[in-house]
Amino acid sequence: MGEFEVHRVRFFGLVPAGVRCLACQPRGGRLALARTDGAVEVYNFAANYFQEKVIPGHETRSVEALCWAAGDRLFGAGLSGDITEYDLALLCAARSVDGCGGPIWSMAANSSGTLLAIGCEDGSVKLFQVVPGGIQFERNLDRRKGRILCLSWHPSDTHIAAGSIDFLRVFDVCSGQTVQRIMVNYHVLKVRRECIVWSIAFLSNGTIVTSDSFGRVQFWDWQRGTLMESHTVSTSAVLSLAVSEEEDSIVVGTSTGATYQFQLLPVKMGSLEKRWVRTKPFQHHTHDVRAVAHSSTALISGGLDAQLVIRPLMEKVQKKGYDAALRKFTFPHRRLVSCARKARLLLFQFSQHLELWRLGSTDETGKDGEVLPLCRMPEHLVQLKSKGPEHIYCSCVSPCGSWIAYSTASRFHLYRVQYEGDGVSIKKVPKVPKLLLPAYQLQFSSDSGSLFVASARGSVHVLQLLEPGGCKHLHTFRPPSGSSEAVYLLASSADGHWLAAVGGDWAIHIYDMKCFKVGAGAGGMTPTSLPPWGAGCQWVQRIGPLPVSHCCIPRAGLGMGLWEEMGGGHRWPRLLPSACCPPALQHHSTVPMYNCAVTALAIHPITNNLVIAYSDQQLFEFSIPEKQYTAWSRMVQNCGLHRVWLERDSPITHITFNPKNPSHILLHDTYMFCVLDKSLPLPDNSALLMNQSTLKQLPETARQRQLHAFKICKKFQPLLYADLLDENCLVMVERPIMDIKTQLPLPIQQKKFGT
Amino acid sequence: MAALCESFTLCGLGPSGGVGLGGGLLALEPGPDPDHVLLTDRGRTATLFKVSDQKPLGCWSVKHGQIITCPVVCNFETHEYIAVHDDKVLRIWKNKDINLDKVFKATLSADVYRIHSLPNGGPVVLFKGGGVRTLDVLLEAPQQEIENVISDEVIKWSEAFMEGQQPVLIFTTEKDGDFFVYVQKLKMNSLHKYKLEQQELSKPLSFTAYIKNQIITLLCLYSNDSMYKVLIPLQQNTEEEEQILSKSLLLNLSVSGSVLKGTSFVVLDKDHVAVLGSLAASGEESKECLTIWNTKFQTLQTSKELPLGTSGQLWCYEEKFFFTHGKVLTVIMYKCETSSLAAAVGKLKDSQTPDVSSFVNWNTLGDEDLMVSFQSQQSVALKSESKMTLRSKRNTVAKVQPDTLSVGQLLLNLKDASTTAFEDELRQLMSKAQMPDFQATIGCVITALINRCKTNPKYYPRNFLLQIVQTRDLSYSLCPDLMAVALEKKDVHLLQICLQRFPDIPEEITYACLKVFLSISEAYLQRIDINLESVICYIDIEFNNKEVKTEIVENGFNAELEQDIWDTKITKKTHLTSDGEFCPVGPQKAALLNAVLHSAYSETFLLPHLKNLPAQQAVLFLRYLYYLYVKCSEKINTTLPGIRSPTINQIMDWMCLLLDAQFTVMVMLPDAKELLSNLHKFVRAQVRFYSELNKIEGSLRELQRLNHQKDPQTYSIEVLELI
Repeated sequence: MGEFEVHRVRFFGLVPAGVRCLACQPRGGRLALARTDGAVEVYNFAANYFQEKVIPGHETRSVEALCWAAGDRLFGAGLSGDITEYDLALLCAARSVDGCGGPIWSMAANSSGTLLAIGCEDGSVKLFQVVPGGIQFERNLDRRKGRILCLSWHPSDTHIAAGSIDFLRVFDVCSGQTVQRIMVNYHVLKVRRECIVWSIAFLSNGTIVTSDSFGRVQFWDWQRGTLMESHTVSTSAVLSLAVSEEEDSIVVGTSTGATYQFQLLPVKMGSLEKRWVRTKPFQHHTHDVRAVAHSSTALISGGLDAQLVIRPLMEKVQKKGYDAALRKFTFPHRRLVSCARKARLLLFQFSQHLELWRLGSTDETGKDGEVLPLCRMPEHLVQLKSKGPEHIYCSCVSPCGSWIAYSTASRFHLYRVQYEGDGVSIKKVPKVPKLLLPAYQLQFSSDSGSLFVASARGSVHVLQLLEPGGCKHLHTFRPPSGSSEAVYLLASSADGHWLAAVGGDWAIHIYDMKCFKVGAGAGGMTPTSLPPWGAGCQWVQRIGPLPVSHCCIPRAGLGMGLWEEMGGGHRWPRLLPSACCPPALQHHSTVPMYNCAVTALAIHPITNNLVIAYSDQQLFEFSIPEKQYTAWSRMVQNCGLHRVWLERDSPITHITFNPKNPSHILLHDTYMFCVLDKSLPLPDNSALLMNQSTLKQLPETARQRQLHAFKICKKFQPLLYADLLDENCLVMVERPIMDIKTQLPLPIQQKKFGT
Repeated sequence: MAALCESFTLCGLGPSGGVGLGGGLLALEPGPDPDHVLLTDRGRTATLFKVSDQKPLGCWSVKHGQIITCPVVCNFETHEYIAVHDDKVLRIWKNKDINLDKVFKATLSADVYRIHSLPNGGPVVLFKGGGVRTLDVLLEAPQQEIENVISDEVIKWSEAFMEGQQPVLIFTTEKDGDFFVYVQKLKMNSLHKYKLEQQELSKPLSFTAYIKNQIITLLCLYSNDSMYKVLIPLQQNTEEEEQILSKSLLLNLSVSGSVLKGTSFVVLDKDHVAVLGSLAASGEESKECLTIWNTKFQTLQTSKELPLGTSGQLWCYEEKFFFTHGKVLTVIMYKCETSSLAAAVGKLKDSQTPDVSSFVNWNTLGDEDLMVSFQSQQSVALKSESKMTLRSKRNTVAKVQPDTLSVGQLLLNLKDASTTAFEDELRQLMSKAQMPDFQATIGCVITALINRCKTNPKYYPRNFLLQIVQTRDLSYSLCPDLMAVALEKKDVHLLQICLQRFPDIPEEITYACLKVFLSISEAYLQRIDINLESVICYIDIEFNNKEVKTEIVENGFNAELEQDIWDTKITKKTHLTSDGEFCPVGPQKAALLNAVLHSAYSETFLLPHLKNLPAQQAVLFLRYLYYLYVKCSEKINTTLPGIRSPTINQIMDWMCLLLDAQFTVMVMLPDAKELLSNLHKFVRAQVRFYSELNKIEGSLRELQRLNHQKDPQTYSIEVLELI
């Protein structure tokens, strides 16, 4: 197939924020996760744990606790003292209510999701009622000294257990009184140390489970206030605890990075007497495991090392498949890197700044595996710091490298970058149009002439970029049937004709951009009377040989007015009769709904086929002009993809094409890079999917029979971004885990045997 | 295993509640709620405690000059407290009352011995003269006449139970060294008097009782340091004059030379009692201690020394012991688990014994013992018919001996029965509900069957034996003759099952089985039904094992591993061709031999027997082992597929053992020559293969290290070829 010159980039210094808390949606298939920088993420179990929604963080909004209430409403609370409801359609913090008790350490919703209890710094437990459109303070429970670090409702909603320093309390919800107070450090003699109850769970049989800073997991009888069982699992603190819905299994996380499962097992085979037994230890993390969750089939843990680990319980998994494998997520399922192909620039997105780098180059060529000597080193051109406390939602650099755009929750920034020799000057575009913010995804057209802004309610704004540094709003696409979800992925065709957008409802809408270039009228034409449709340039160009700059329709039925550019700044007005106007529909088509999240999509530059990767690892190819799946796509669906391909655990995050070789599709996930050659047969399950190393050993003649469509390279890991710069030049952005680890604080020292 | 937990102090005691007999408390009674107790001291005061909080919730005293003579109890239905002071004055009050002078008062016409409060039956008042009234009846007319039942006997102890809906009161009296037991059923107004069987030189010190299935079990602690059990039926309507109750020894309170002088005791569950007393070893000073005994195995389970002395009183509520220790009332929690022999000797391993359904009572095992005990019991039975009927009505818990007795009797009776009748009876016996000594019973049944086989050479209940062995957890020692008879009859299927199921087959028998299996003809075996599950997966049917992947795909699939498997498959296939292709024995014989391979043995004891194996059979067996070994090595994980198929270690061990035993014969035998040389070649090839692998290991590790080393650069341009 060929050789590539690979720019192997490892200077993207991304350090993902640690996981602070996790919340499984009760009876739902979603997991909410909050990071130490205040970002909130939602993972969808049904879509192979795809990171479905991301709400970027905020400097002042730390999240200490997350919980689902009233079905699918997500609430967070943190040290700012506010309770925040997140809007999962608009992906932002919707409204905040002050808890009035100082920093909030813990929050829990009752089983019906109608009440929220918060535990505050001042020792109070407050109840809030979840009402449509917000929450409402209901009352305070009995307040005592000592911050409330953790809370748990009894499944019958009659009592609340709250953990504090040195003791735990049980409140009667009706009376609001403390009905039990249990000292947890009772049996620790002599050493007078504080015992912090880090996490608590109230079981339906009246047992309270606590985990504390002495490394103990303890089971209490709340009515008698007696200790029933105590398990010392660690020499350091046990920070987190979660109980399965059936209350037969508990997972705990410790500050040494180990997690343990406890199971309620019969004392003997067939015996009715059951006891909690520590069954499985896992060591997936290197740092504190601050959060654990227990789904029906898996133990989920999140640590300060930024990893989310999903460890399936093999006894609960029916068949070997996606669910049966251990998942570790360290990186977001979005792209944080964008590439200016022509200018060979890379733009890295951090939480509060952007970095623009120029790639190095070489004069040499070599054989497979060789490292070529560099004639120019890569260069850090610009660091763009975002002002204010908000974190960046998305960013993009234009293919020519002269435009950079990014968006935060409330602001949109566009920069014009100019390169003069070795110097770079950057200028902010002053008046950007007022858009509905935040933008969830930004994409420049391949000619760098326009910018597509993914926005809320399924809408996509089109901005026209003007030289020497300006822009204006051209149009807004909206799905014909409306949508409440934000658009999170965009793809535009190389010829500027098509735009595909995917929203949170996973519907893929394709818009025809040749049908909207009805600009705001200049001169005597009235811009206010623009109908929702217009004439396309291409069509107009067929009328006359001259380019058209503006057109407008003054009144329905009268036809269309336009300016023809005469050159030298002169324009010629023309009026077309209405009979000559094209059928101006902006919305072209919708890809048939597929019941899974879209993880990446791209439009082929030559065939205008839309290639879609779903989180269940299926690949589809949809012909935009023909509004149907292509024959190849149907063939793939008939034959089925290779078993090993389908069992991969990380989603495809980027798709690109090789214009010189139209049958090639380039895709990658975190652990592999793949060139999919449509002209070759698909591998069947008996064939080896990753056959590159085998092929290399075979003589040229023997290779032909072994070739199949998937050419997979796993040399570059973990892979954050891969793109084709030109015909045989690739860029791969890696972020070695070891590099992240060195950025983290030292883990708790553990004595290892022999050291 | 029973165990005592940490102790804690409930309260301190006043000067009267000290150590020594006569001191202590009047009584401790359960309070109105769980976790509450009512303490009555020997003076004027009663106190209600919440045990887990270790704090008093209420305290009531009578006036100076008055004295509480009967322990305060709680009426569980009304949550009232009832006390008697100065023998005759009854007081009833509620939680909120503070001053006892102002509460309900009734003066009775006779002295009260005790009030017993029953959870569903209300309080029952026992007078010193033996009269009994429920509180309701008494309160209707406090001054009513109370009869004197016991004339000049003195009540020593009393207890009340609920039997169905009616309260039952039992009390014991003493007069001139004779002890009497009275059982009063209140609703039926019936009173029974029994005399306790006399014991020379010792007398009862303390009593306790429980009721189960209409039988009161009275336990007595005697001054000769033994505990006796007396059964008193409730269902007796015959109005006989003063029956004599016979007692049976339950427990001897002595442990390796030292004797426990018990003062009081409580029953914890069907197998455990707790005794408070002083342990005196010969020549040493006695020390007081609290002990838990297992009555089933006659063992001391745990004990705790009480150096500060006790008052000799012990109470037990809600799995907690209460007793005075020094100047305080101490509470100890305990745990008592169901007893098994292993637990009794401290060797219980939960994980290893899930399928042992029940323990074996060794006392009832031997045939002769059985006969003896049967005969002795028979004479007892003749003495009083009523007791026999009583025994057969008893519940499963308390009828360890009688049951085997009935089995023994049955077997005796059946000795001369016809074959079919004999089997029918035995089947019936087996179909009975699970008994505690079921294993022992089954052992007896099998022994009986085998004895019959021995006496009647034509008789062999093949299917019945097979059924028993397959459905029950037996062991060799339980029915030692079974395998011998099966060997004699060449019942290879039964032998196979026995080999698979018995954990304790002697090497001699294992060898005998092996010899029979090897000598038996294939043609004969084909007609017999044998369990082939251990061989079916690898003999003659080419097992398609292409999908041996067991590892889980993790974080992007593991390409290297997959390719490894692929590579080794190719090499393996070229390696092994000519040898050991065909199984030298048929599948039936192979299955039987696998059973032998699977059985447990000790080399030292097996080796002498193996030396006796005829040369031809030894070669055949070795050939089969060689075949298995080659089969095993074909698989990457060196395990044979299938259930109960032999492991590579078992195969190797047997091969070595056989070669050791038959070394000289093998060297001399021309047949064996080729086999041995093939075996040698194969093993040599394997050894070489593994040593080569070992050599590569270092290089691989070095490669891996190199791979890691070149990483730190942050930017490079590399060439990647995709084919």
